[in-house]
Amino acid sequence: MPSAFKKALDSGKFVVTCEAAPSKGTNLEKMTHHIELLKDKVDAMNVTDHQSSVMRFPSLGGALLVKELGGEPILQMTCRDRNRMALQADLMFASSRGVHNVLCLTGDSVMLGDHKEAKPVFDLDSSQLLAAVRTMEKGRDMSGNELDGGVRFCAGAIVTPEADPIEPQLIKFEKKLEAGAEFIQTQAVYDMDNFKKFMEYARQFPVKILAGIILLTSAPMARFMNKNVAGVTVPQDLIDEMKSAPKGGALNKGIEIAGRMVRQIKEENICDGVHIMAIGKEEKVVDIMEAAGLL
Amino acid sequence: MIRSITQLKPAEEIEQLLDGMGRVFIIGCGTCVTMTRTGGLPEVEAMKDELSEKGKVITGTTVVPVACDNLTGEILKELQSMIKQADALLIMTCAYGVQTIARQINKIVIPALNTLFIGKETGASEFNEVCSQCGTCIIGETGGICPVTACHKGLVNGPCGGTNNGKCEIDSNKDCAWTMIYNRLSELGRLDLMRNYQKPRNHLGEPSPGKFMIPT
Repeated sequence: MPSAFKKALDSGKFVVTCEAAPSKGTNLEKMTHHIELLKDKVDAMNVTDHQSSVMRFPSLGGALLVKELGGEPILQMTCRDRNRMALQADLMFASSRGVHNVLCLTGDSVMLGDHKEAKPVFDLDSSQLLAAVRTMEKGRDMSGNELDGGVRFCAGAIVTPEADPIEPQLIKFEKKLEAGAEFIQTQAVYDMDNFKKFMEYARQFPVKILAGIILLTSAPMARFMNKNVAGVTVPQDLIDEMKSAPKGGALNKGIEIAGRMVRQIKEENICDGVHIMAIGKEEKVVDIMEAAGLL
Repeated sequence: MIRSITQLKPAEEIEQLLDGMGRVFIIGCGTCVTMTRTGGLPEVEAMKDELSEKGKVITGTTVVPVACDNLTGEILKELQSMIKQADALLIMTCAYGVQTIARQINKIVIPALNTLFIGKETGASEFNEVCSQCGTCIIGETGGICPVTACHKGLVNGPCGGTNNGKCEIDSNKDCAWTMIYNRLSELGRLDLMRNYQKPRNHLGEPSPGKFMIPT
C-alpha cells in the first residue's frame, strides 16, 4: 500500500511539504506544537537528520512523533553518521513502525556542525542509499542475504538547481533517479527563470519535483545565505525588497515573497509542488500557505 | 615526489608530553620535514632554544638523513652517550620516523609533530593528498583523479550539494574533486564514465593494519 505522501504525489495535486526540526534535547514541546499546527495543512513533514551537522534528537524519533500525532513523516537520512549496517537497520525500524517515506541525503560535512571532531562516516552516498532502499524492498539486504520481512518506502532525494557548475549536479541527479528516487525536493530556489530552465530539463524524467522554498527573514539573512550556503542564490532584487520592508516588518515581507513564489509555481504549473523550509520559524509555514492562496 | 606532510604540535601539548622529563634529546630528519620546514636543522635548533628557556636540559640534538630508514638506528648508536643521559627523545620527524626510532632505541619517544598525510608535490611549495591507499582503486573511471581522497566525503558517485564554484563546502581553497573529475572527463570526451553507478565501496581492500611480504 503506498504511503499517504506517495498517494498525494501520484494524485496530480499541488503537493506541499514542510520541515519538523528535532529539538536539541528531549523537550519535544516546540516540535510537537509545530507538528500539530501543520500536520493537517501539508501533505508530509520532513524530519531533519542532525541538520547542518548539529547533534539533535534523531530524525527517526521525530518521524515517529509525527506519526503518533497523526501526521505523515518523511524521514530524512544522511550518510554522514551511520555505516551501511546502521542505515539498513534504521530503514527496517522505520518501515516496521509505519514510516514509509525517506529522503536520502549525503549529509553536510561534520566540520560544519557542533561536533567537529567526530568521525565522518560516508560509507554510502545518497545514490547508494537509494539503491539500498530498493534492494531491501525486494527482501534482501545489501549483502544479498534474505530478510524476514522487507521494507516499503517512497524514496526521494535532493538536487541543487542553482549549483555552479550545474553539469556535475545533473549527472548526479540522473544517477539518483536511476537508483530509484521517486521524488525530489530541491535546494532553495529564488530565481524562477533559472528554475524554469531546470524544470524544462527535469520534466523529461518520470519524477515528482517539489521546489525548495526557504523563508527569508531579513536582508542580512539573505546575504548570509548567499555567502555561506552552497547552491543558494538570493537575487539582489529580492534582497532589495527585503530591505524595503518597514522596521520590524522584514519577516512579513519574507512571508509575502515566499507566498508569491509558491503561488507562481502553482499557477504556472512549474513543478509538482513545494517544500517549504521556514528554518526556526516553522509556525510561519501557515502564513506562507495563506499568502500563496493554498489555505 | 611524495612527502610525509607534518605540522608542529602546539607548544602546550609538547610541554605536557615532556612533563616530568627534564633531560631531552632532540632528533630531526633531513628529508620530508626539512623540505616542509617542520623538523630540519633550523627547526631543531629553535626547539632546543625554546625548551632550554623552559628549563629543560638538552642532552644533544641531531638531524638524521632519513629517519624512516632502518639505518637510523646505526646512526643514533654513535650518539649513545648523549641519548642515554636523556629522559626522553623529542622527535621532530613524521610518525614513520618516530616509529622507526622507537623500535630501535629503548627510550620514551615524544613526537613533536603531527603527521597529516602523504602529500604529492603538485606545485611550488604545494602538496596535496591524492591517494589514501584504500586498496580498491577506482581512478580508471574517474580520469585518474581519486574521489575517495580528493572529495572530503570520499563520494564515488558525483558531487554532494555542498560544492560551490568548483570548491569544497569545508574550504573555499580546496577544489571540489567532482568538478575536477567532471572537467577532466569532459576534456577526454568520456563523461559516460561519470554516469556509471559506483557500488558502495569495498572497505576490505587491505584490512588495517596493512602488511606485505615480498614474494620469494
